[in-house]
Amino acid sequence: MTALLELSGVGRSFGVGAPPVLHQLDLVVHNDDFLAITGPSGAGKSTLLNILGLLDRPTEGEYRFDGAPTRDLRETERAALRGSGIGFVFQGFHLLAARTVLENVLLAFIYGSVPRHERTSRARDALTKVGLTHRMDAFPGTLSGGERQRVAIARAVCTGPRLLLADEPTGNLDQANADGVMRLFAELNDDGLAVVMITHDREIARRARRHARLSDGRLDTEAKA
Amino acid sequence: MKTWDRSSAAARFGFRDVLAEALSGAAARPGRLIVGTLGTAVGIGALVLALGLGATASGQVSAHFDAVASTHVEVTPAERAGADGQQHAVSTLPTDSVDRVDGLAGIRSAVLLGAVEPGPAVRAVPIDDPSAPAVTDPPVRVASGELMEAIGAHVVHGRAFDRGHELRGDRVAVLGAEAAERLGVRGAESAPSIFLDGIAYTVVGLLDSVEVEQSLLTAVIIPFSTARHDFGSATSATGLMIAIEPGAGEVVAHQVPIALDSGAPDAFTAAAPAAPAVLQGEVAGDLDLAFLAIGVITLVAGGLGIANVTMLSVAQRRGEIGLRRALGATRRQIAAQFAVETVLVGALGGLIGAGCGVLIVVAIAAAQGWTPVLDPLSTLGATVAGGVIGLVAGAYPALSAARIEPADALRE
Repeated sequence: MTALLELSGVGRSFGVGAPPVLHQLDLVVHNDDFLAITGPSGAGKSTLLNILGLLDRPTEGEYRFDGAPTRDLRETERAALRGSGIGFVFQGFHLLAARTVLENVLLAFIYGSVPRHERTSRARDALTKVGLTHRMDAFPGTLSGGERQRVAIARAVCTGPRLLLADEPTGNLDQANADGVMRLFAELNDDGLAVVMITHDREIARRARRHARLSDGRLDTEAKA
Repeated sequence: MKTWDRSSAAARFGFRDVLAEALSGAAARPGRLIVGTLGTAVGIGALVLALGLGATASGQVSAHFDAVASTHVEVTPAERAGADGQQHAVSTLPTDSVDRVDGLAGIRSAVLLGAVEPGPAVRAVPIDDPSAPAVTDPPVRVASGELMEAIGAHVVHGRAFDRGHELRGDRVAVLGAEAAERLGVRGAESAPSIFLDGIAYTVVGLLDSVEVEQSLLTAVIIPFSTARHDFGSATSATGLMIAIEPGAGEVVAHQVPIALDSGAPDAFTAAAPAAPAVLQGEVAGDLDLAFLAIGVITLVAGGLGIANVTMLSVAQRRGEIGLRRALGATRRQIAAQFAVETVLVGALGGLIGAGCGVLIVVAIAAAQGWTPVLDPLSTLGATVAGGVIGLVAGAYPALSAARIEPADALRE
C-alpha cells in the first residue's frame, strides 16, 4: 500500500545549540490510517503536527507526502497543498465570529482549487455530513462547543483532502461532544480519509485504530493507547 | 478520495476573492472601521475644504478686482530704460489733461492726480512744539478734476473741493481717513485748519473709502493749481484716473493718449489699474498655500491613524491569519488582503471627507453670499488620494501580517 506520509529521521530544533524538540522520527501513514499520537505536555506533539501539515519545516531528516519530498516544495506549492490536500481541526476551533456557519466553511475554498460554482453545494454537503444543515445561517457565537468543532471539521473536509490533521480536537469539549467528534472522525476514515490526531487524552486515543506515543522528542509507533 | 496532483493544486485567490475578503475583514469590526476611516476623512475633508475655500475666496477677490478694473482706466507717462539702465518717464501729463479728455466716448469722469515731493511739513497747529514727539508727515497729493467721481470716493464729513476752488487757487484740503486720524482732525464742519510748511489750508472734507488709489486714504489732498502756486516745481502729475462706462476700456485706452498728445500718443500708457491683478494672485496664492498646508498635515495624521488601526487589527487577528495560512494562503496573499483592506478604508475616508468638504464649502459660501467654486473632479481625486494614503499607511502592517508564522499564531 502506498504511504501517504513518510517521515525518515525527522528532527526539529529551535535555535542554534538548543536541544531538539523532535529527534530522529520515523513514521508512515497510509491512506486509510486513523492514527492517534499521545504524549505528555511539551513532548512535541504540536510541532510534529505542524510539520505534517507543512506549517513548519524539519531541521533534519526527510518528509515525503504522497511519495514526493516536501523539502523541494516552494512556499506557494506548500500553501497549495495545504489548501487542497490537507484539512486542519484545532482545539480552539478558529471560526470567524463575524461570518455564518456556511461562510466559515466556504472560507476553505478561497485558497483551494475548487471551482466557484461548486463551492456552496460542497459546503452544504460537508455540513450535512456533520449534521449541521439546520444551523447554516447561525453565527459561531450562538453554537455549542461541539457544534463549533463540527463546523471546523466540515471546513476541513469540504475541499476533499487526503489527510485530516487534528490538534487536541476534543480538548474543549465535554464527553458527549467528544464522543460525537470521534464518531465523525471514524466515519470520515471509513470514507477513505486518513486521520492523524494528537491528544493527551488516552480514552480518546483508544477510539483511533492506530496509536503512537511521543515522549522526549522520540516517537514510539508500536505503542498501545 | 481524489489523488493529489501537485501540478494542478494551484491556489486560486483571484482579485474577486481578495476584494471580498478585504471587504469582510474591514467591515467585521465597525468601530475599528470608523476610527480608521475618520482620520482619512478629516484629512481629505480639510484638503477639499482648503482648495474649495481658497478657490471660492479667490473668486470673490477676483470678482471684486475685476469689477473695479472694468470701470477704470489709468493713464501714466510711458517709461523707457535710460543710459543708466533705470526706467525713466518720457513725458509729463498736461495740467489740463482732464479738459483734453472731456467729451471722449465712454468716459464718465476723470481726475489728474499728482504729488508734492519732497512733501511739506504737515501740522494741525501753526507752531511746532519742540517737546512733542516727532511724527512722519502724511504725504501731500494733488488733484485736478472730478476727484470724487473718478476714484469712487466716499466723503464721510464735508465735501470735496471743486473746479471753483481750483480756478481761484483756494487753499483747501481733503483728508484721507488715516491722515485725518494722524492730524487729529475729526470733522470738517468747523472748517479746521492744517498747515503745510506753515501755510494754512482749510479742511473741507474727509474721505473714508475709495475704489481706486487706496493711497489717497493716507494723504492730504489739495488742488493742483494751489499746490503749484505754493510749492512750485515740487508739484508733479503722476497719473490720470478715468472712470469709464462698462466695456469702454479698450476704446478709452486707445483714444486718451491721442487726446493728450496727438503727435506722440506713445508717450503715454493707458491700462486698467495694475495693483489688483498682482494683489489678486498674491492673495489667492497665500490662501491656497495656508489651507493646503493644513490639509496635508491632517492627511498625514489620518494616514498614521490608518496604520495604527491596521497594526492593532493584525495583532488581534493573528489566529485568523494562522487559520488562513493553514487553509492554503501564501504570505503574499495575506499581505494583499490587508493592503486592500487599508486601501478600501482610505478610499472610503476620502469619499466621506470629500463629500463633507464640498458641503462645508457650499455652506460657508452661502452664508457669505459667495459663489462656491469647486472642481467636480475633486471628489474622484479625493477618493483616489484616500486610497493611496491607505495603501501607503497599510504597507507595513500588511508586511507584518505576512510574516506571522502560522504555527505560532494557531497555538494562541
